[in-house]
Amino acid sequence: MDEILEILEKDARTTPEDIAKMLKKKPKEIKDTIKKYEKEGVILKYKTVLNKDLVRDEESRLRALIEVNITPQKDVGFDKIAERIYSFPEVSSCYLISGTYDLLVVVEGKNIHTVSSFVAEKLSCLENVRGTTTHFLLKKYKEDGVILKHKEENKRIAISY
Amino acid sequence: MKISDKVEKMQPSGIRAFFDLVLGMKDVISLGVGEPDFVTPWTIREAGISSLEEGFTSYTSNKGLYKLRLSVSRYLKNRYSIEYCPDEEILITVGVSEAMDLALRTIINPNDKILIPSPSYVSYGPLTGLAGGLPVYIDTQKDGFKLTPKNLEKHIDNKTKGIIFNYPCNPTGVSYSRKELIRINKILSKHKILCLSDEIYGDLTYDFEHVPFPSLPGAKKNTVYFNGFSKSYAMTGWRVGFACGPKEIISGMTKIHQYTIMCVAITSQMAACEALHTGRRSVEEMKREYARRREFIIDGLNNIGLTCHKPQGAFYAFPSIKKSGLKSLSFAEKLLKEEKVAVVPGTAFGKEFEDYVRISYASSFDNLKEALSRMSAFLSK
Repeated sequence: MDEILEILEKDARTTPEDIAKMLKKKPKEIKDTIKKYEKEGVILKYKTVLNKDLVRDEESRLRALIEVNITPQKDVGFDKIAERIYSFPEVSSCYLISGTYDLLVVVEGKNIHTVSSFVAEKLSCLENVRGTTTHFLLKKYKEDGVILKHKEENKRIAISY
Repeated sequence: MKISDKVEKMQPSGIRAFFDLVLGMKDVISLGVGEPDFVTPWTIREAGISSLEEGFTSYTSNKGLYKLRLSVSRYLKNRYSIEYCPDEEILITVGVSEAMDLALRTIINPNDKILIPSPSYVSYGPLTGLAGGLPVYIDTQKDGFKLTPKNLEKHIDNKTKGIIFNYPCNPTGVSYSRKELIRINKILSKHKILCLSDEIYGDLTYDFEHVPFPSLPGAKKNTVYFNGFSKSYAMTGWRVGFACGPKEIISGMTKIHQYTIMCVAITSQMAACEALHTGRRSVEEMKREYARRREFIIDGLNNIGLTCHKPQGAFYAFPSIKKSGLKSLSFAEKLLKEEKVAVVPGTAFGKEFEDYVRISYASSFDNLKEALSRMSAFLSK
């Protein structure tokens, strides 16, 4: 992977000027490359990773992982029905996977009722959906490579040879 | 109670008081740390934990676990095509520090001279003295902190027994290309001088491939090669290193080691095995990160007038502080008190280095950025 992407994936706020210094390149060159990545869709978005458990006055959000069994359609396989599913705003992630079921759908809702009504009234009723199994998420430990715990203090002694 | 003359004579570090000052202060950005800012990669830590769960709590062979010696031997063969026999030519030690002490005690007869290119790591001189030898420092300042064949030859006489050669170097980050090493080796071979090659930062070489001294033509029989896990695998606290060399030297070192240390902690040895088997990827990742910080900090230091050469390895820069008009210790003290940035005075690495400080870039990018801006403010006062 291009080092520019590696740096931005770790910290999206790193400025093109700082990246240029780190990689010994011209800031303009870095800016152009980032633009190119944005245009090509390699870089899709710059987001902040939050630990929502610590966000005060945040409405609690409930997450569920839903295994979905599907009857594939002629010519388009799973893609068409997947599109119908992931277009719902309640769906935060959607993957086609190998194994005993076909789609893994991650759904977010305000509470157990919103999630279950989404499953019962929308997802299960779709043509080609043969069955679903819903798992409610109880606790998040790590997400997208980030451990959701207070950063440990640096344990090094402040000065050494 | 009177202690021995030898120990009495040992110079305590002149900057101990400064270290205490740093340790007593809060909210300091420290660029004075001689160890990685990463924690040991999890797979390696996990191997240590598992070994405890499985009940590996005993002594090991004095030389170290056979499987670790075998892994070291395979690693050196695969990576650098150097062959060392795990039975007779490899010893697992409590870091390179212990290994260096053992080697010096093994080779030195009273008043043998040991060459030490300087600035140098703090322990070389005192350990040489303790072993009954005479340290002979070779000042490399004029040559951009590089040992040149000419400078080396000037310091050799018939009492010269060995040289402690450390590259990439702590504190300067200087390293050597194959061509440069071959020239140095020619002189050492000519005078039959033993090379104690401390290559603990070898994995952290940025501009070219690191060339181990024993891999040079004809060098192996006159070299003890030192390496360990502290820096490349971020395992400083585990205390595991190793020495590889001619069997008579390794067997001499093993004699002292078995009476003083017995063996390295088994948990650490098991973790070190894992490091050699699966840790490579983490080493490469950390190295890329250091390389980026290096570019950033060198550019920054030169911009604020703390001029320095670009180091080729390790995670140190050794800039000149002439611009400040201060001597190294007072520079470090003032910088600490006024801007809360800690650096190590150059004099820690040799008394001639009053015009320098050591800056470690084993610190987060945000810290480096903030430290640079504080140092810039300090210099423009």
